[in-house]
Amino acid sequence: MWGVMAEFESPAAIYGAAGKVRDAGYRFWDCHAPFPVHNLDRQMGVKRTILPVVVFFAGMTGTMLGLALQAFTNGLDWDAWLLVWVQGYPILISGKPLLSYPSMIPVIFELTVLLASLTAAGGMLAFNGLPRLSHPLLANKRFLRCSDDRFFITIEARDPKFMRSKCEAFLKSLGATAVEVVEEI
Amino acid sequence: MSQTTAPISERDRGFIDCDNTADTPGSRSPLVLNMHRFHDVTHQVCRVSEAPKAPMAWYVAFAISLAMVSVLGVCVLYLFATGVGVWGLNNPVMWAFDITNFVFWVGIGHAGTLISAILFLFRQKWRTGINRFAEAMTIFAVICAGLFPGIHVGRVWLVYWLFPIPNQMDLWPQFRSPLLWDVFAVSTYFTVSLVFWYVGLIPDLATLRDRAKGRIQQIAYGFFSLGWRGSMRHWHRYEVAYLLLAALATPLVLSVHSVVSFDFAVSQLPGWHTTIFPPYFVAGAIFSGFAMVVTLAVPARQLFGLKDLITLRHLDNMNKIILVTGCMVGYAYSMEFFIAWYSGALYEKFAFMNRAFGQYWWAYLIMVSCNVITPQLFWSKRIRTSIPLMFVLSLVVNIGMWFERYVIIVSSLANDFLPTSWGGFIPTWVDIATMMGAFGLFGTLFLLFCRYLPMVAMAEIKGTMPEADPHFIPHGAGHAAAAAHSPKSE
Repeated sequence: MWGVMAEFESPAAIYGAAGKVRDAGYRFWDCHAPFPVHNLDRQMGVKRTILPVVVFFAGMTGTMLGLALQAFTNGLDWDAWLLVWVQGYPILISGKPLLSYPSMIPVIFELTVLLASLTAAGGMLAFNGLPRLSHPLLANKRFLRCSDDRFFITIEARDPKFMRSKCEAFLKSLGATAVEVVEEI
Repeated sequence: MSQTTAPISERDRGFIDCDNTADTPGSRSPLVLNMHRFHDVTHQVCRVSEAPKAPMAWYVAFAISLAMVSVLGVCVLYLFATGVGVWGLNNPVMWAFDITNFVFWVGIGHAGTLISAILFLFRQKWRTGINRFAEAMTIFAVICAGLFPGIHVGRVWLVYWLFPIPNQMDLWPQFRSPLLWDVFAVSTYFTVSLVFWYVGLIPDLATLRDRAKGRIQQIAYGFFSLGWRGSMRHWHRYEVAYLLLAALATPLVLSVHSVVSFDFAVSQLPGWHTTIFPPYFVAGAIFSGFAMVVTLAVPARQLFGLKDLITLRHLDNMNKIILVTGCMVGYAYSMEFFIAWYSGALYEKFAFMNRAFGQYWWAYLIMVSCNVITPQLFWSKRIRTSIPLMFVLSLVVNIGMWFERYVIIVSSLANDFLPTSWGGFIPTWVDIATMMGAFGLFGTLFLLFCRYLPMVAMAEIKGTMPEADPHFIPHGAGHAAAAAHSPKSE
């Protein structure tokens, strides 16, 4: 058995119920909804993600990469080993200094945005543990409507406070329209 | 307590076929008409890709688009086999249809990112009806845009020289050239737009996966939805990531066309070398992009029955943006002339007189009448909310904006400093066929998208419905529901 699942019919219903499940002290539990129900994450007591910090550092990496790329390729006569030996090639253009930063800004900006965006999307998926194509909930017939118009609270069997009969009765008392056991796959 | 069985409230009843373009003080106009259940939204959107057959008009449009793509293929092959001489390019007009098309298509893309990123940051909830297909339009437009500089380089087998790849000659691209900034700007823009679009698609692909009946659909939608299961803990990070992407895409969308304008503004040619270009190009890009969104939205909502999700209010709002950006473009046109006169620079003054009254006077006339004069009709609400008129006007704007780029590029190159080096440009059949072929490529991609992917962002639409509010009380349920949902309030 993977856990117990309760179905609710409206955001209002799950919002009230989520607060009670949180207060009951469960740790491995979750709400599932077809769209982000406003403030439900805060109601559940979800800690704010550190994704923005990661994205900031990814963006700064892009900035430094853009600067280094342009300074090395067009401004410095250095050798560097990047899987192969590569050499910088100072190019003099209309007598301007070899390391003139204004002309580097567009490429630096683009690389900053590129790395930050890829990290925002990739980091979101990684922190969420996605892609995960097989999951006990996805094998449940009733859960199919979670991506349509139904709202679910699940309590996992690995939770220290989990007791099947108690959980079922508790979720029923919160106004669930259906309570069901989710089998492990 | 259950909403699905609750009687329809007075407010809901008012949603049915009401005129949602009207602004009533104290109440928000509904963004979704004739629906008050989440399932209705799912059904309306999913049935397009779930129908065994598309509407007849889809097949006709797809056949035409595919035929145009094959013309494009033939033209490109002919170009590769023969050289860029098959176009009407010459000395001094070394850029013409190719770069005009490039700038035109990049510009088209801007509306998608503006809708998805900037309107998101400004909390404009009406964006949810149109953002998905506007973003798709962006991606397909940037594909068409990327094609032109790619095939224009002459020796296509050396196109990798555009990128800083270590090579046997120890040579690198020249980073002080705006053309190279363009490579980075356009490729970043494409990548970020694609990522943004895909992140938005994941929950909706999960909806299609959960409804899919056929094996192929289950596997395809299942694979691309990455196992999304609507977990609120996931949604939390998803919303943060979406906000970050919007915040990153906002400066990006303003930068892309600015960098494209540097291709011209950084050069020394009179008529190109002006500081107004970056904001002027961005305004023009948003202008043409919104026109293209209207051009696509009007037939698409008709054909696929999405009138209740892409409502008249959405179209009205877009027409207002077309009017505003059209005025900005008009201001830029006049300011260019003023500065040319005020600068006192001989060649600058000549370039602008020549642009309006020289050999390309007819193109300039098309540009001004399509971009500045006809959009003024949108001051009238009756025209803004008339489907046939807005469709025609959006086409007019598209034509006008294509000519804007043509005028800027060709007229400046044709008559520059020395009268002895003056020339002109006459397009060949390859020029014209390649341009039409790009429209075919765009149409093909867009039609495939309409048929197989959710055209409207279902999850986002549901989130903007009044029923999505956790404190929403169905009218019939009354105070009993209020007491049950929020004990603190009683």
